[in-house]
Amino acid sequence: MKARDKPAGQKVKSILDRYQRDPGMLVSVLQDVQAEYNYLPKKSLAQVSQGLDVPLTQVYSVATFFKAFSLKPRGRHIINACLGTACHVRGAVRIKEEIERELDIKPGETTKDFKFTLETVNCVGACALGPIVIIDGKYSGQMKTDRVKTLLESYD
Amino acid sequence: MAKRKTKRLSSPQELEALRESIIKDRDPNQTCIVICGGTGCLALGAQEVIAAFRREIEKGGLEKKVDIRITGCPGFCERGPLVVIKPKNILYQQVKSEDAAEIVSETVKGNIVDRLLYTDPDTGQKITYEHEVPFYKKQKRLLLGDNSNIDPTIIEDYLALGGYAALSKVLFGMSPEQVIAEVKKSGLRGRGGGGFPTGVKWETCRQAQGNTRYIICNCDEGDPGAFMDRSLMEGNPHSVLEGMIIGAYAIGGHEGYIYVRNEYPLAVKNARIAIEQAEEHGLLGKNILGSGFDFSVKISRGGGAFVCGESTALMASLEGKVGEPRAKYVHTVEKGLWEQPTDLNNVETWANVPLIIKNGADWYSKVGTEGSKGTKIFSLVGKINNTGLVEVPMGITLREIIYDIGGGIPGGKKFKAVQTGGPSGGCIPESSLDLPVDFDQLTKVGSMMGSGGMIVMDENSCMVDIAKYFISFLEGESCGKCVPCREGLKRMGQILTDITEGKGKEGDIELLERLSAAIADSSLCALGSTAPNPVLTTIRYFRDEYEAHIKDRRCPAGVCKELITYLINEEKCPGCGLCVKVCPVEAITSMGKKKPVVLDQEKCIKCGACYDVCNLDAVIKK
Repeated sequence: MKARDKPAGQKVKSILDRYQRDPGMLVSVLQDVQAEYNYLPKKSLAQVSQGLDVPLTQVYSVATFFKAFSLKPRGRHIINACLGTACHVRGAVRIKEEIERELDIKPGETTKDFKFTLETVNCVGACALGPIVIIDGKYSGQMKTDRVKTLLESYD
Repeated sequence: MAKRKTKRLSSPQELEALRESIIKDRDPNQTCIVICGGTGCLALGAQEVIAAFRREIEKGGLEKKVDIRITGCPGFCERGPLVVIKPKNILYQQVKSEDAAEIVSETVKGNIVDRLLYTDPDTGQKITYEHEVPFYKKQKRLLLGDNSNIDPTIIEDYLALGGYAALSKVLFGMSPEQVIAEVKKSGLRGRGGGGFPTGVKWETCRQAQGNTRYIICNCDEGDPGAFMDRSLMEGNPHSVLEGMIIGAYAIGGHEGYIYVRNEYPLAVKNARIAIEQAEEHGLLGKNILGSGFDFSVKISRGGGAFVCGESTALMASLEGKVGEPRAKYVHTVEKGLWEQPTDLNNVETWANVPLIIKNGADWYSKVGTEGSKGTKIFSLVGKINNTGLVEVPMGITLREIIYDIGGGIPGGKKFKAVQTGGPSGGCIPESSLDLPVDFDQLTKVGSMMGSGGMIVMDENSCMVDIAKYFISFLEGESCGKCVPCREGLKRMGQILTDITEGKGKEGDIELLERLSAAIADSSLCALGSTAPNPVLTTIRYFRDEYEAHIKDRRCPAGVCKELITYLINEEKCPGCGLCVKVCPVEAITSMGKKKPVVLDQEKCIKCGACYDVCNLDAVIKK
C-alpha cells in the first residue's frame, strides 16, 4: 500500500539499483517488486525490462513461468494451503476444498472484495503440523475442515 | 559474553587464535537453555516461547548465570517446540510460553521439570536426556548433531566447534588435486538424488576448459515432504558455506551461488547473515585467510518451480531466464552457467565436505555401505508417530527408521507403504521393509534415494490416489518444453483420475505401463524420465488396489470421493448435532435429542466435515 504513495517507478528503480542492474538477477528483482506491490504491475515489467536491458518478452515469460509471480492484484490476505505429500496423506485436499467453498474461489483467484487470495504450495517443510494452512505467513497446523470457517473469520 | 570486535583474519594462526579466545571465554559448564527456532517449531509457537524465556531470565536477573541459545532444527519436529538444557542435555518437549517460568526456576535449582519430559510410549517411562530418547538413539547425527550447539546467526558458535579449520587445512596444506583425491576416497555421493560421486564431478569440472568456473549450492528443495536441506541451511549455514569454499578451491572457481527456495524465508535470511559474517572475518571474498585465494558467494532465490531443482533449469533461472532444462549432451561441469564449467552440489553434499577434510576420508568411509558412504538425512513424515528429520548411517533398514526411530504408525493403524525419493521416487511395500537403505538398494526396488523425503502411508492411504497426486503434481510442474513429459503426464493424469472416479476401464493399467515406458525413454530431463516411478511402483506392489477401483468401483482405503459414501451409524450416534452444524450443504438433519441424525445422500457432497468432527465414530465411510 505504501508503495502506491511513492512516485510511480521510484520503488522499482531502487530495487534495480539494489541488484546493480544485473540481468542474471531478474527473478530476484521481480520477487522484490512483487513484495512491494503485492503483484507485478504491467508498468513495472516494462521498467524492469529497460533497467536490466533484457527484452520485455523475457521478463514476461519469467513472470508467467514461476508460480511465485502474479500479474493480477492479489487480496489483502494471502492464503497458502499446503498440498505437499505429507499434508496430502493427512487430508489436505479436503481442507483446500473447504476454503474454496467458504470463499467461493479457486486456487490462484481473489475474492471480489480483495480480502483473500487463495494459493497452494507444495510443501513448506513443517510436515509435523500437516495439514497446514498459512495466512500472511502465519502457520495454522493440524487443520480440520470444521476449523476453516473460524480461521477465515479471524481476518478482517 | 562480551561482544568481540570483528577482525579480518589474514592467516591460519589468526583463525586459531580467535578460536582459542572464543573457547576460553566460554564456560563449558554454564547452563544454557537451547530453544529450537527452526521453521517447524516456529510454526508451533516457538517465538512466544523464546520471548517468555527471555522475560524470565531478565526478571530473575539471571543473565550471567543462564544463557539462551536459539538454534536451528534438531529434528524432533513432532514434539516441538523443543527446549534442551545444556550441558546436561535435558530435553523438554511441547513447551509452551507458560512453562518458561517453571523451567527457569527449577533449572537454576538444578531440578528437572518431570511433566515436560518425553514419555516412552512403549514403557510409559519418562526420559530425561535427549540422547536417550528412542527417536535419537539409533541416529548418527554427523551433520544435524551440531544444530543444537549453534546459533546460526553467530559465527563464533561455529568457530568454537572447529569451524573453518577444514578450510584452513586445505588452503595451507593441500593442493587442489589432493582435496579432490580425498573427497573421491571418502566415497561421498551427491545427496540431491542422483548419487553421482562428488569427487569425480569436481575433478571433471576442474579439468574442463573455460574462462572461469562457477560453484553452485542447490537449496531449491522442491520435493514435497522433504526439508533436510532447509534445516541445514537454517541451522548450520556456515558448514554449507565452508564446504562450498573448499570445493571452489579444489575446482578452481571464484564465484558461487546459493540457489534457495523463496518458500524458505528463514534459510534465505540465515544464509545471508552467514555470508556477511564470513566476509567480515576474511573467510570469504578476496584473499581468504591471507592465502591469495578469492571466492565470493551470492544468494539467488527461486521462483517456486520444482523443475529448477534440475541443474540445467536451475542455471537457466540463474541467468534470469525461464527455468527450462536443456539436453545434457554437454555436461554442466563442462558448460553450465553462462556457458562456463559449473559444479553444482546439493546442500547436504556441501555440508559433508568439511567433515571429510577435517577427519579424513578413512574416518568418513567407515560409516555406510560398500557403495554408499556416510550418513543420510531423511525427513520422516506422513502417517508416522515421530515426524521429523532423522540422520542415519547408510545401510540402516527401513524398518529401523520407521519403527525404532519413527515410533511406528499412529492410532494402531497398519503400515501400507513408504514413499521415498519424492515425485521421482516410488512406493515401497511392507515386504521390502528390511531393505538396507542406500543409493543402489532403493533403485533395485523401483524407487530411489532422491533427496531424502520419506513419506509413510497407512491402511487409510489409497495408492491410486497417491499415484494420481504425484502425476498431477508433476504435470503442473512440467516446464512444457518436451512433448512426452508435457502431454504424456497429462494423459496419465486423465487415466488415473478416471480410475479414482470409478470410470476406469479394463486395460487402463496396461496403458499406464506403456505410457510410462514411453515417457521414461523419451523425456528430455529427469523430471519426465522419472515421473512414471510412482505409478509403476504402485502398480507393481498394489495392483489389487487398482483392480478394485476399476473392476469393483471400490476404493479399499476409503479415500476416493466418487467411490465412497458417508453413512451414519445409528447405534453410535447420540444426536449431538455437531455434524449438523459443520455440514456446509445442510445434508444432515437433527431428529431431536438422543436420536440419530439423518444424512441425505442426494445433498451430500462428501466433503468429510462430519467425519472429521465426530469423535464417536458414528460417521462411517463405505
